[in-house]
Amino acid sequence: MLGVGAHRTRNLPTRSELLPLPIGEMTWTLTDHRGRSVRPADWAGRPVMVFFGFTWCPDVCPTTLSDISLWLEELGADADRMIVALISVDPERDTPDVLADYVSNFDQRILGLTGSADEVAQAAADFRATYRRVAKDAGDYTIDHTAGVFLFHPDGRFVSIIDFHEDRRFAVPKIRRTLS
Amino acid sequence: MKHFLLAAALILSAPAVMACETVTIGDLTIEHAWSKATIGAGRPGVFYVEITNAGSVDDALIGIATPAARMPMLHETVVKDGIASMPHAMSIPVPAGQNVQLSPGGYHGMLMGLTTALKEGDSFPVTLSLKKAGEVTVNVDVLSLRAEGPDCADAGQ
Repeated sequence: MLGVGAHRTRNLPTRSELLPLPIGEMTWTLTDHRGRSVRPADWAGRPVMVFFGFTWCPDVCPTTLSDISLWLEELGADADRMIVALISVDPERDTPDVLADYVSNFDQRILGLTGSADEVAQAAADFRATYRRVAKDAGDYTIDHTAGVFLFHPDGRFVSIIDFHEDRRFAVPKIRRTLS
Repeated sequence: MKHFLLAAALILSAPAVMACETVTIGDLTIEHAWSKATIGAGRPGVFYVEITNAGSVDDALIGIATPAARMPMLHETVVKDGIASMPHAMSIPVPAGQNVQLSPGGYHGMLMGLTTALKEGDSFPVTLSLKKAGEVTVNVDVLSLRAEGPDCADAGQ
C-alpha cells in the first residue's frame, strides 16, 4: 500500500498524497439525496464513479452529469451495479432535497451526496479533490472545484480519472475496465 | 447528388426550431442560440451561441443583455490542473474568418438573477453587443438540463 504510514511533509507531497485513497480507507460520512446516511463501507465490492460539483454551477456540472448519463446509457445494465455519485462542494445550498430535484434530471443511477461543511471537507480530502469558494457580486459566490470523474475498482482501488469533457470513445472503455 | 438534394429539401421543409434560426448582422452570422432549463430562478442560467465572422475585420462579443436575467455576464470555463474555474470574460474574440462557439465547457453566458425559472420549451431573447458590428438580438431556445446542444440539421455535431 503506497505511502501508508509514510512521514508526511507539508511542503513536499509524495505521489500517494495526490491520489485518492482506496475506498476502504476513506473515513467520510455523507447523506444521499433521499436523506440516507452513506459511508465508504456501503460501497464495498462495487465499482464506483464519483464527481465533485454543485447545483448552482451552470456549465461544468450539468455538462458532466449529461456526459455521465450518456456513458451510463451506453453501458446499459452493465453499469447497474456501479455506484455513481455527485458529491456537492456546496453543502450550504445543496441540501438532500435540492440534490434530489437536481439529479432527477439525469440518469436515475446517479446519487447526490451532501453533508455538513466538515463532512464534505473530509470526503474531498479522502478523494484528494479540492474546492475553493470564490466571492462574486452581492454576496453571491461560485466554487472552483476538481472537475474530473474518479473511477474505482470493486475492490476499492483507485483506477483513473476521466478528465472534464473527455471523449466518450475514451471514457466508456475506462469505465468498462472498472466493471469486471 | 440527387439524394443529397432530396435530403436538403426535406431538411428545409422541417419545422423550424428556434435554436436553429440564423441571424446575420454585417459579416457576422449568429446561430444555435440555446440555454438549459433551470431548477427554480435562484440558480444561474446559461447561454450558448455560435458566431461566425465571414468578414475581414476582427470583432468581439463584449456583452449580453436579456429581459430573462438581471445580471447576464460572459464567462469562460477554464480547467487547469484538473480544477474547474469560471472567470469573467471581458470580451470574447470573434476574429475575421473564424467561428467562435459559446458551448458547454468553454465560453458561455451566465444568466444571474433570473426573473423566472427557465423551462424546457420556453424561449427568450438575448441581445449580443459586438464591438464592431453593434447589437443584434437572437431568440434562445431552452433545452433540457441534460441537453448537450440543439439538434439542428446543420449543427455538424
